[in-house]
Amino acid sequence: MTAIEHDAGPARALTATVARDLRVMRRSLVSSVIRIVLQPLLFAFVFAYVLPEAGLMGRGTVPGDAAGDTPFSTILVPGLVGSTVITQSLMAVVFPLVMELTPPSSIEDRLLAPLPVRMIALQKIGSAMVQGLIGGLLVFPAVLLVHAEGQAPDVRVDDGILLAAVVLLGALTASAAGLLLGTLLKPQQTQVLFTVVMLPAIMLGCVYFPWEALDEVRWLQAVVLADPIVYMNEGLRAALTPQVAHMPTWVVLPVLGVLAAALTALSVRVFTRKVAK
Amino acid sequence: MPTESVTTGSAAADAVASDAAAAGPVPPAVRAVDLRKTYRGRRQPVEAVRGLDLTVPRGDFFGLLGPNGAGKSTTIGMLTTLVRPTGGRAEVLGHDVTAAPVEVKRRIGVVSQGGTLDRDLTVAENLEFRGRYFGMGARAARRRAGELLERFGLAGRRDAMPHQLSGGQLRRVMICRALVHRPEMLFLDEPTAGLDPQTRLNLWDLLRELHADGHTLLLTTHYLQEAEALCRHLAVIDRGEVLACDTVDGLKAAVEAETVVTVTYDGPVPELSGVRARRGVERVEQAGGSVRVFTRDADGLLGELVALGAAAGATVADASQQRPSLETVFLTLTGREYRE
Ligand SMILES: Nc1ncnc2c1ncn2[C@@H]1O[C@H](COP(=O)(O)OP(=O)(O)OP(=O)(O)O)[C@@H](O)[C@H]1O
Ligand SMILES: [Mg+2]
Repeated sequence: MTAIEHDAGPARALTATVARDLRVMRRSLVSSVIRIVLQPLLFAFVFAYVLPEAGLMGRGTVPGDAAGDTPFSTILVPGLVGSTVITQSLMAVVFPLVMELTPPSSIEDRLLAPLPVRMIALQKIGSAMVQGLIGGLLVFPAVLLVHAEGQAPDVRVDDGILLAAVVLLGALTASAAGLLLGTLLKPQQTQVLFTVVMLPAIMLGCVYFPWEALDEVRWLQAVVLADPIVYMNEGLRAALTPQVAHMPTWVVLPVLGVLAAALTALSVRVFTRKVAK
Repeated sequence: MPTESVTTGSAAADAVASDAAAAGPVPPAVRAVDLRKTYRGRRQPVEAVRGLDLTVPRGDFFGLLGPNGAGKSTTIGMLTTLVRPTGGRAEVLGHDVTAAPVEVKRRIGVVSQGGTLDRDLTVAENLEFRGRYFGMGARAARRRAGELLERFGLAGRRDAMPHQLSGGQLRRVMICRALVHRPEMLFLDEPTAGLDPQTRLNLWDLLRELHADGHTLLLTTHYLQEAEALCRHLAVIDRGEVLACDTVDGLKAAVEAETVVTVTYDGPVPELSGVRARRGVERVEQAGGSVRVFTRDADGLLGELVALGAAAGATVADASQQRPSLETVFLTLTGREYRE
């Protein structure tokens, strides 16, 4: 018998940390699904079903749509999917991490596991991305199906590779941002994060309107360029509803790519510094 | 529960042998040289550990003593890779804690001072995942968790969440968790704080067993009796420095701690100026018929006091000699003031 009879290497440790996250996730599966799907579903219900039925909102002119009869649901679907992936990725890391880092720090058993601390950081990002993507997959069919008669969104996967790239980069950006915020914030500050940062970022993040539509509100069109959610949603429009005017992919992809890379590098660094006191 | 399931048999001894074959002389379990940690405080930096030198031989049972805030937990933190040193070097089982933290982590078990269980997992899952992080299969890890919980009388709490445990149960689970992956060396930061006498004695037995099996143990405690009962070597640290490091007897001898000789006379107390002048006598106290002599050299003192009494016509009603305790050593070294 040797001292280390089992293979106590980083690879096994990493797999086990993923298994641990799955175990925790499984415990709150039903409530998580409800939490993820309810809000986008309500939005789709009100904006794509109730309002059109009530005659308050229907087909209208959308920039780039020559025929001028795009149902609003077409605008909504990429926006709701995009904002869900972003918020779910972010929340999947922020909330647990803030608690784990509050003393007595319950992340200690992973810090003592035989793997480098930065791999724990990357694992947190990876785990959050998966949860964000699951959120997107749940919301996509839901908002696709909920609409008033004749108001079906005109959505199809026009460019699968672009779709995958945008979704992955968006989820990575959000997860890395989540790791950064989760490392820096105190528990009582997380509420503030969501009301002061996330809510405006979503409302103005081209979820409910394409960026081109802001041509009429020029200053706002410039301001929202600081909002990463904009690039995610515009990228999704390019992949799912190319007939609606959208930001060119040569803007969307590099911006998301740089954001994702920079935030990943920064957040892993900040996390590693913070946990090794 | 058979004890073999808890300890690793000759695991640590084998490791020593194989390391020795590979790299010549066996490095000690811990070697810290001029180890330093300065926390960046909000107002001013805190020098928690200031040039600590420490060597713990393999297979030792080593105790770290020191007042509150002395730097014990910070030292353990650095040795277990959880705290980044700001100066000096430390090696654990031959691996540098900053350069090769994963190699260190593979070989050690840690019981921290705080209750640091994974809050999102049950008691049993906490142990199970500890095993899995260290490469055990899920089933083997669950079996091992079951054995340890049984041994520590926690089988009934296996499905509890950490916040549902009592303080002592929490400590016990943390100790189980540190043993799951059969580490070569254990770091225990006040493992018996808040434990009931049964659990404490049980834990002592277990720690002795682990030590007998060749494991290296490093423990901090404020119970000097515990240190005396368990540890082979002790280091007393204060303000981030080692003040003394030796065996219990060595410490007592080196510090020249005082023996207290107490004699109660029945009748007039004799003249004591001769005793006051004796070599090694620090202090003589008298209260009623009772005389207490604090001395570093108690040879023959008791007999002298009895003889003095007899000469003065007093019989001795009671006499005792209190050998220096670890407590006197500790207080002599670290002083009596409170620590912040
Ligand atoms: N994270 C931290 N940030 C700033 N200062 C710290 C931190 N942790 C410990 N300290 C300070 O470092 C010093 C040593 O603390 P440490 O926890 O190592 O003491 P200790 O010997 O374990 O004490 P105790 O017996 O009370 O557990 C103390 O002055 C403490 O206030
Ligand atoms: Mg301490």
